[in-house]
Amino acid sequence: MEIPYTVEPRPDTGLYNAKLGIWLFLASEVMLFGALFSSYILLRTGNPNWVHHEMNVPMATLNTMILISSSVTVVLAWAGLRLKNFAQFRKFGILTFLLACGFMVVKGFEYSAEFSAGLFPWTDNTMAVYFTMTGLHGLHVLGGMVVLGYFLGPGAKMWGSNPERFTNRIETFGLYWHFVDLVWIFLFPSLYLL
Amino acid sequence: MGGHDTPEAIHAETRRYIVVFAALAALTVLTVAVSYLHLYLDMAMGVAVLLAMVIASVKAALVAGYFMHLLNERKTIYAILALTIFFFSLVMILPAGAFADHNGTSTEVAHEGAGEHN
Repeated sequence: MEIPYTVEPRPDTGLYNAKLGIWLFLASEVMLFGALFSSYILLRTGNPNWVHHEMNVPMATLNTMILISSSVTVVLAWAGLRLKNFAQFRKFGILTFLLACGFMVVKGFEYSAEFSAGLFPWTDNTMAVYFTMTGLHGLHVLGGMVVLGYFLGPGAKMWGSNPERFTNRIETFGLYWHFVDLVWIFLFPSLYLL
Repeated sequence: MGGHDTPEAIHAETRRYIVVFAALAALTVLTVAVSYLHLYLDMAMGVAVLLAMVIASVKAALVAGYFMHLLNERKTIYAILALTIFFFSLVMILPAGAFADHNGTSTEVAHEGAGEHN
């Protein structure tokens, strides 16, 4: 059976199904991270003796720049497909993947330095919140890398058989990726600077 | 989106993405600068939090508006987002509710409770 509305919009929603699906998923993600932010606010403001650890701001700033750059490259990859330019998609898709790898490597260095300093998730509430939120965000980056890796590898075959659907898949992936960037935009000042 | 776009329109969009990227990079630098300024000027924590969240919100609006094309989307998506924002606001208000409860009735009990656990 053919999956309906993969390219043409559904008359009642005005959207192809995957786009409606990703927005519903992102809505649930907003609530997931919202609950964590809410818990963080409650824990932090409710404790007058909140322990403040010096986080690695230069590394986090570098990671912010990396994620922002990857948001641009993913949207340029999608623009390439809309221009029927598969080479542009491939170039910017690979660049996005490499930037995501860069983010994870920097995060790895950061975690490793924190472990060496004796800071673990069970050290105190500050570190518990920090590792939970950045860890969950990191898992989202990792998940995005798996999906993007598929689209750059075996999933790219669809460009030959159904280019419009493949273009929509990349748009949908891009929306997820921008959301991951968006979460980091709030995590960065909340956990590193305040 | 995008199905009926002309190559010229897509190229114009691409240039806009680059401008948005530059704005996001500049705002990131500003976020860090403000955080150091907060320490240097001994700014009140509340002001520092407010400034940081305002800058983060502007950055988020740029990403959502341009990269996620929310400036020009279907009503269905706006409806989903309206519902999400409503429930998200409720979740963010919860700590304030907890404080109101705490301040109003049970400060001493809470302290005693905390003492027992320590």
